[in-house]
Amino acid sequence: MVELALPKNSRVQKGRHHPAPAGAKKVKTFKVYRYDPEQPGNPRWDTYDIDVEACGPMVLDVLIHIKNNVDPTLAFRRSCREGVCGSCAMNIGGRNTLACTHGHEEIPGKECQIAPLPSMPVVKDLVPDLTMFYAQYASIEPWLHTKTPEPQQEWRQSPEDREKLDGLYECILCACCTTSCPSYWWNGEKYLGPATLLHAYRWLIDSRDEATGERLDALEDPFKLYRCHTIMNCAQVCPKGLNPAKAIAEVKKMLVDRVI
Amino acid sequence: MTDASGAPRERPKSPHLMTGGFGSPLLWRWHITMFTSIAHRATGVALYIGALLLAGWAVALAASLGETDHATYAAYMALLGSPLGKLVMFGLTLSVFYHLANGVRHLMWDAGTGLDIKSANFTAVAAIAFAVAATLAVWGIAAMTGAL
Repeated sequence: MVELALPKNSRVQKGRHHPAPAGAKKVKTFKVYRYDPEQPGNPRWDTYDIDVEACGPMVLDVLIHIKNNVDPTLAFRRSCREGVCGSCAMNIGGRNTLACTHGHEEIPGKECQIAPLPSMPVVKDLVPDLTMFYAQYASIEPWLHTKTPEPQQEWRQSPEDREKLDGLYECILCACCTTSCPSYWWNGEKYLGPATLLHAYRWLIDSRDEATGERLDALEDPFKLYRCHTIMNCAQVCPKGLNPAKAIAEVKKMLVDRVI
Repeated sequence: MTDASGAPRERPKSPHLMTGGFGSPLLWRWHITMFTSIAHRATGVALYIGALLLAGWAVALAASLGETDHATYAAYMALLGSPLGKLVMFGLTLSVFYHLANGVRHLMWDAGTGLDIKSANFTAVAAIAFAVAATLAVWGIAAMTGAL
């Protein structure tokens, strides 16, 4: 269902302000989404005046600086700090991206706004509940399906067939694309979303996979696949530069190709 | 935390389009492809209304066949020719051309081309530019030929 506004319990209210420390050289304001399930009340925007000379260049550096020096109650996910794990995906300056590879200088506007991935249940602060996202990924059975007897050594693939997986296998499942998609915002429970569909295509065109027909059958549904209206937010935000919209278009083409 | 009944507290939904109720600041910083997508939907709806207006025109025409002064048709045309009617007709002209141009983008995408960000952004600007230019051209010709 299209719900342009947020439900009452989710509307973000004005929060606390944390002023810059005395002697700060270059102060920048960061507006961060806060929600504490242990406390009553709605989520809120807390603002932090941070001396950006005192921390690293990335948004993740700023968040770690806040947690270490200003406000230890701030919760966020992070791990690799080099854009390969996808843990620190969040909405920065109104767009989804990875906090670890996005410089705070790149954020437009006076205040740098940091929110959790959009349209997801919030566990705490910048930590969204991605249970449904992972369940949808699991639903496309993202592994090799074969019927022929297993070869003595490995399943072979020509370099040309292997090249077809480029632009697909690099996905780190950070959920930036899926949670950027308005179709997913309105129909997230029925539409699989860009990340899952990109992976669906990754297995559909794998020359070694022998379940192409079954995989296409599973996707032939008014909601699972066809809620993609080529809004292109997925490709616009992907921090790995991948193009889920293109992958989805290819799946739609495969479905057409098999009936004509 | 649990509420008074002991049930787990419902998690809030993170902001997507807006950060609160209607009129609240927007969260999402729009992409041009996002605008062209919702504009395609909006102009599609407008064209349904336009089709009704066209049907109304045909009905008025048929109704005035038996009339010596063609009063029904004249009244309908006066309605369309009023300032508000002209504004609606201008909007419909824009909708026709925009929906047409953006429909071509959808055809391209269904064929599997033009889906890279650079092409999609470029064709988005092109579709808007075509719609504006074609609308101005039609109304310019109408004004020059005295049809307004």
